[in-house]
Amino acid sequence: MIKSLSRRQLLSLAGAATVVGLGLMGCSSSSDAGTSSSTGSSSSTETSANISGSITAVGSTALQPLVEAAAEQFMTQNPSVQITVQGGGSGQGITQIAQGSVQIGDSDVFAEEKLTDASALAKLADNKVAVVGMGPVVNTNVSVDDLTIAQLKSIFTGAVTNWKDLGGDDADIVVINRASGSGTRATFENAVLGGDTVPASFTPQEQDSSGTVAKMISDTPNSISYLAFTYFSDTLKALSVGGVKPEEGNVETNEWTIWAYEHMYTAVSPDATTQAFIDYMLSDDVQGSLVEQTGYIPVSGMKVARDASGNVTSL
Amino acid sequence: MAGISDKRGIERRGRVLTGSAVALVVVLVCTLVFMVCSRGLATFLTDGVPLSSFLGGTTWNPHQNDASGVPLVGALPMIAGSFAVTLLSCALALPFALGASLFVVDVAPNFGRRVFRPMIELLVGIPSVVFGLVGLSIVVPWTRSWAGGTGYGILSSSIVLAFMILPTVTSLATDAIAAVPNSYRDGSYGLGCTRWQTIVHVEVPSAMPGILTAVIMGMTRAFGEALAVQMVIGNAAQLPQGLLTPAATLTSVLTMGMGNEAMGTVYNDVLWSLALVLLAMSLVFILLVHLVGRLGAARNG
Repeated sequence: MIKSLSRRQLLSLAGAATVVGLGLMGCSSSSDAGTSSSTGSSSSTETSANISGSITAVGSTALQPLVEAAAEQFMTQNPSVQITVQGGGSGQGITQIAQGSVQIGDSDVFAEEKLTDASALAKLADNKVAVVGMGPVVNTNVSVDDLTIAQLKSIFTGAVTNWKDLGGDDADIVVINRASGSGTRATFENAVLGGDTVPASFTPQEQDSSGTVAKMISDTPNSISYLAFTYFSDTLKALSVGGVKPEEGNVETNEWTIWAYEHMYTAVSPDATTQAFIDYMLSDDVQGSLVEQTGYIPVSGMKVARDASGNVTSL
Repeated sequence: MAGISDKRGIERRGRVLTGSAVALVVVLVCTLVFMVCSRGLATFLTDGVPLSSFLGGTTWNPHQNDASGVPLVGALPMIAGSFAVTLLSCALALPFALGASLFVVDVAPNFGRRVFRPMIELLVGIPSVVFGLVGLSIVVPWTRSWAGGTGYGILSSSIVLAFMILPTVTSLATDAIAAVPNSYRDGSYGLGCTRWQTIVHVEVPSAMPGILTAVIMGMTRAFGEALAVQMVIGNAAQLPQGLLTPAATLTSVLTMGMGNEAMGTVYNDVLWSLALVLLAMSLVFILLVHLVGRLGAARNG
């Protein structure tokens, strides 16, 4: 009995050894294949260099679809590169890239708005890969079509609470905010509040996803919120601001002021594979087609630039 | 001889395997509690927020500081909101759960076993986001239609939660009532009591510890539920002013904020403190269950 048992153990040991050995062989052969295939492709097309390795991008869920689509194309062109794209929110993206636990941190807002530590900020390189326009939306029962920035400010600080004060019907305004700290809210408040803070006594509803906000606005009479252009639909009404319509062309000239960059933060000197992927994000392959398909505005089309403190310069 | 030592080997391996499973669970629970505690306590130890302004403050805006430089992290609105939806949803669910349990135990045991049990178990398996969507599409517009306002608030979320905890409370209450010995019922009938008198004076009092346990388990679930509540409560961090105005719970604020705030900031720390409050509350609920169980055992001998 003991003998048979030890023989069985021996067999299983041998089996395990074989599996490990095969695995090692598999590894070495696959990495061989990877290098050879990428050298082969580099001779045929000049775009893909001799790169390999894995990249993890974490952060903004708003930016996730674009990065995923671009990563898929990039991995087809560079089979030995493995890119993992994860959500988690802009705060997660900034945290993880600042800690150095990932290669790319996706964010809807400048890292300066999330981190106060200057030494952590100095380690990050900002890559602006797309622009997203946002605008105020109301329920279709609201008769108002146009609001000024000052009027928006009075709504979202609680100074005006009835639509009749803004030229609409006599009905209470239902304000739906995004979660404090969400990129969309930060963008909207930067553009609308002009540095003022919302009084603590004004506590409107909050929701944490654009999809839910879109549904709530279309269901709730007299409601107002703000959404990225991609969430505009027939079931809700997008307002123009000061006579300017929420359109891509107006964002590019900064006539429409409620917009933000989508950032992909890397280390100051990233590894070659990460740099190649960032370059690819900024190339015409992504900017010309993918960015527009996923509803963003190409950063290459912008006629103005904006820095972290909100100063706008024309290009 | 060989056979015995072989059996001993199997025994030993079995003990090691099951023992390591226990060790894994214990280590997991300990690290989890340690992590939530260390992060949650950072608010008070590192960021210098007094405990009183966290538990007693009514203004929630951790991005801003008050006049004396302390972040505005009053969690009282969320704590009050959590208790309000928990108690109200239990109050809504209990009559239905108790009624259904009595019906399937005393009136139609066969129907209970073949049809009702599987249906209730099906309800357990429905993901909370589905409850949230149903709440958003049906409960909120319904509340708005007769109460005015936005429809979002404590009442709507309590209705959604009542549906979610109904299976837990019903199945535990059914078990408790079914566990009442038949000799009690026979004795009662033998004294000439009607079925109603038997239920009110014999069954429910004898099953009371089990029914209380069912309620507390339902409360635990209601207190910890995040997604569905977040979709229908409106998430306004203000002290609940009524059942029909938007409010917030610990879980709704936690799930909304966690992804947006960078690790190590005051906002992130204070979210962990909210998680610590949740953990402490679930500990209280568990202790209550044990206490009720022990009291019941003592009373029934």
